[in-house]
Amino acid sequence: MAHYELNMPVSEGDVRRLRINDTVTLQDRLFGIRDATQIALFDRGRDTRLDLRGHAVIHTAPNVKKVPPSPQFPAGYAPVCIGTTTSMRMERFTEPLMRRLGVRIVVGKGGLGPASLAAFREIGGVYLAIIGGTAALETTWIEAIEDVDLDDLNPESLWQFRIRDFGPLLVAMDSHGGSLYDSVDHAARERRAAALAALNVKG
Amino acid sequence: MTLRIDPGRIEQAAKELYIRALKQLPPDIKRGFDRLVANETDKTAQAVLGVMVKNIAVAEATDNLLCQDTGIPIYNVTIGRNVVVDGVALKAAIRRGCERATREHPLRSSVVHPITRRNEHTSCGPGIPLIHIDFDDGFEGLRIEMIPKGSGSENNSWLRMAIPAEGIDAIKRFVVDCVLDAGGKTCPPTIVGVGVGGTADLCVHLAKRAATRPLGTHCADPQGAVLEDELTEAVNLLGVGPQGLGGNATAFAVHVELAATHITMNPVAVNMQCHSARRASALFTEAGIDYGF
Repeated sequence: MAHYELNMPVSEGDVRRLRINDTVTLQDRLFGIRDATQIALFDRGRDTRLDLRGHAVIHTAPNVKKVPPSPQFPAGYAPVCIGTTTSMRMERFTEPLMRRLGVRIVVGKGGLGPASLAAFREIGGVYLAIIGGTAALETTWIEAIEDVDLDDLNPESLWQFRIRDFGPLLVAMDSHGGSLYDSVDHAARERRAAALAALNVKG
Repeated sequence: MTLRIDPGRIEQAAKELYIRALKQLPPDIKRGFDRLVANETDKTAQAVLGVMVKNIAVAEATDNLLCQDTGIPIYNVTIGRNVVVDGVALKAAIRRGCERATREHPLRSSVVHPITRRNEHTSCGPGIPLIHIDFDDGFEGLRIEMIPKGSGSENNSWLRMAIPAEGIDAIKRFVVDCVLDAGGKTCPPTIVGVGVGGTADLCVHLAKRAATRPLGTHCADPQGAVLEDELTEAVNLLGVGPQGLGGNATAFAVHVELAATHITMNPVAVNMQCHSARRASALFTEAGIDYGF
């Protein structure tokens, strides 16, 4: 279990080095995406002018405040509260996100499924678990909203954040087939019989 | 003395309640965290719970929202004795207050039309905010409880129309299996709300009421209360843990609410509340408005 500081963007080698239970702190840049963003990109054929190659995305739709554009608020948005949503709804988008846009790291909560795990293994990527429901803390790791695209989908726009000391995050799925969610789920299902026995119920 | 409540004050309270609920966690939930932290033995889980507790402090220190999910707004209105209020105006005032909180704070509007997916950026839409109105002869005045219900937990909701021949075992098994299926998606540790009996719609409503009840409260029905204790112990044997990353702290508690049902029916519903178990309340009395949880 090692800790890594990653300055974004990263290479395939950088993410292949990561193993489940390692921790990571991200620096410099992070992109925010969500259901509607990815439906637009991958189901409706829309494109983005933002360059996500080698970058990390976070499953989010932030609370923002519209302000006049300035050096502090280049996109005309001030961050209010930025947190993380449940990843599993976006399971089918991990592969195109990596293949088409070159994303290497997905930050989310609750974990992703087998299709994402396969994509991480084949293309070289990882899933970093953030603690869901801790957005007040997460917001302090975000310095600014640098840019925004597909903003007609607001709040599910494609957001570009400038970040500092974003983490520590837990490597929960790696590029070697490791998934903490799979192992916890497997262990929990093995305990199902014990839980039912405590309730005097037959499995 | 009869208390007359002006819709303008209801509107102001509806706005205030939404923002308060998003920023301050009720004391019973904070105590729930203390208990889970004290009993956690898994190292990852200890770290996860530590971040959650830290977040509560950061939200208070920075006057920020606990979670970015502003949820689906729910307002539970309880009308006590000796109150005169125009019901139609009350509903309209709550809606305006909810809209104003969204625009004026500002808050992310998490509410869209279910078919067009259009977001009006008001946290309102057809049928939303949910407004439940009930009556209680146990107090004088009017109480509004506001619950921003997050989608991570709401997306994991279940109803099963079990049959009498399956008995209480079907209910118990169903709850255990729902907790397993939810895994980390519901942002555990959760309050697992279980509705037992009623009709299909009432059963789901009971599950929601159970999930949003304060920690430390019990089902008014003694059989329901026993079931709560049994299920709380059982689901915490599973080891799902905070965020589904393993550990003891899978649920703060399992809450049960029940209603009578039909001789041919045995319905059970599960609705969960995430660890950011937010709620706020306002009590209108002769003395004024008292905000709390």
